[in-house]
Amino acid sequence: MRVNNSTLWVTWLLLTCAIAAYLLYRMYGEETDKMVFLPGDTTSAHHQIEQVCTACHTGPFTDKDAMQEACEGCHLEQLKAAKDDHPKSKFTDPRNADRIAVLDARYCVACHVEHRPEITSAMAVTIPADTCFLCHEAIAEDRPSHEGMAFDTCTSAGCHNFHDNTALYEDFLVRHMDAEHILFGEQLLVSNLREIAEQLPDYPLDDNPLEPVTAGQQAFPDHIDVDGSIMQEWIASKHAEAGVGCQTCHAVSEEETVSWIDKPGKEVCAQCHQGEVQGFLSGRHGMRLNVAALGQELSPMSPSLARLPMKEHAVDSHLDCQSCHGAHSYDSRSAAVESCLNCHNDDHSLAYKDSPHHRLWQAEMSGDAAPGTGVSCASCHMPRTEKDYYWGTFVHNEVQHNQSLTLRPNEKMIRPVCMTCHGLGFAINALADPALIHNNFTGKPSVHIESIDLARRRVEPTGE
Amino acid sequence: MKKLRNLTLALTASAAVGLSSLAHSQADEPVFTPQQMTDWLHLVMASDRTVYTRMIVNRLANKEKVIKASEHFEDEKALVLPAQMFRFGAEMVGEQTDDFTYSLLSEWPINKQNAPRTEAEKEGLTFVAENKGENYYTTEELGGKTYFTAVYADTAVAPACVTCHNDHKDTPRSDFKIGDVMGGVVIRVPL
Repeated sequence: MRVNNSTLWVTWLLLTCAIAAYLLYRMYGEETDKMVFLPGDTTSAHHQIEQVCTACHTGPFTDKDAMQEACEGCHLEQLKAAKDDHPKSKFTDPRNADRIAVLDARYCVACHVEHRPEITSAMAVTIPADTCFLCHEAIAEDRPSHEGMAFDTCTSAGCHNFHDNTALYEDFLVRHMDAEHILFGEQLLVSNLREIAEQLPDYPLDDNPLEPVTAGQQAFPDHIDVDGSIMQEWIASKHAEAGVGCQTCHAVSEEETVSWIDKPGKEVCAQCHQGEVQGFLSGRHGMRLNVAALGQELSPMSPSLARLPMKEHAVDSHLDCQSCHGAHSYDSRSAAVESCLNCHNDDHSLAYKDSPHHRLWQAEMSGDAAPGTGVSCASCHMPRTEKDYYWGTFVHNEVQHNQSLTLRPNEKMIRPVCMTCHGLGFAINALADPALIHNNFTGKPSVHIESIDLARRRVEPTGE
Repeated sequence: MKKLRNLTLALTASAAVGLSSLAHSQADEPVFTPQQMTDWLHLVMASDRTVYTRMIVNRLANKEKVIKASEHFEDEKALVLPAQMFRFGAEMVGEQTDDFTYSLLSEWPINKQNAPRTEAEKEGLTFVAENKGENYYTTEELGGKTYFTAVYADTAVAPACVTCHNDHKDTPRSDFKIGDVMGGVVIRVPL
């Protein structure tokens, strides 16, 4: 059968228009509609929020400056805190114009292109491993010890990072080169909220003086029937000890009326725990709820959406403050171990309970060892760190709820976590040993990173 | 001869910017040349840094010996080095404007990334080291843009400058004396 040309043309035209209309509809439709344009798998850093194209692209057909602004919106503060060794300002100086012609490091996407799994390596890097060579080709003149080192070993050998070298710079290696493997008797930070609450700019101390409250002091609307077990959990909690009663969380004042909310959200927690909630929203557990970054609130993160192995019974649970801390018990100790292991099912997590760290944790929990001597999941992944106020006028030992901050690259964990109890060399070696990470640090590192040896030779040329 | 060439370049650049500014401004508004602008900027930079070096670092670290100055000032609970104070300021300026940039460079840098890279930087640093009291002005093209580039000598103003640079394990030169030109401040204005 012969089909004439005009029929074919018309069919082609109609099909083209239909496809274009469909794509335009998806482009300007709901956020989830836009997922049809996803050009490839999103990295593990962003996969939870991939349906919100505008979180990074800000809008259809936006330029890379707008996208850079989006990157910085979420990551700039962390880079600054990490004393980024390659800040954007280094590359906006015209004297480096020839360098940015080769690698335009003013933009995050120069090294971290999303949706390109076929060229994505560790840390979501999408450029060849020899990139350092582009600017540092003459390093052997400055550091003769680096003569002959392979051009792709700068970062892969455990010696340098592009952004965060706070635990790896030469003078730091020298200062800690003789530290023992284990520094017995050291303690992690413990909470100091009670001591500094008065100085915290946003802590509502007037409404909630830090004095214990009792069940008898609590008042409820008539229609509220309080379960006895709830009251028991609360009365044993740190909240009751710190003056946080039922109404503190459940009663919301609006002008002259006070209404009762059954399930207070993170905004209520943030009244006293602003930093913790902000950390939660910045990390893997809470980023889907980060309205400031996404422009909308997605459903909470759930183990069913995770890429890491998760326990089957937990797949339908959802992450919010209460899911880890318990709605009324607010037990930070169970939140530091049991809550994690309730969902996480990878080998590293499963090995924790047989690890020396867990034995220390048990000793602390049973009262046989001092506070701060136990090592929980949170000790490493959500550590208490000193948060500066007013340029160090006082510090809050705040639990960092953004678990990515100490994780990728894992050398970021060395200073805030490992070095509290371990020598620098031991920590560098341990974190470079995949088998040791796998068994949750049961044993000694079988890997030896040379960085401290090289630094030592510079200051003690004849010694080894 | 070189000085004459520099002067010609500076005048040409100044005239170019002056004319273009004039075209966009009211006739009775003052018009500044890029050289005036960089000279004034440098005066502020050099004065602030000299004050910091003499009255804070040298006094507290060398004279009264109550605190040291260190590149790793946070880890060592020390004062920020004068060169770092200068660089941090330059980075902060870079985050806020493209109207000018500045950097501290040297033919004898402790950090080799601060060695001169462009022809203007190389010529300028040599010129100010060899011609004490004189500045170097030129125009250069970088990344497709033309810049008015000024280089000013950076001189050792206090014992702290000299001892720190001479004794540093990464220094390529260890015979600096007070008053020596140790490097240069490079200021660029896009034309």
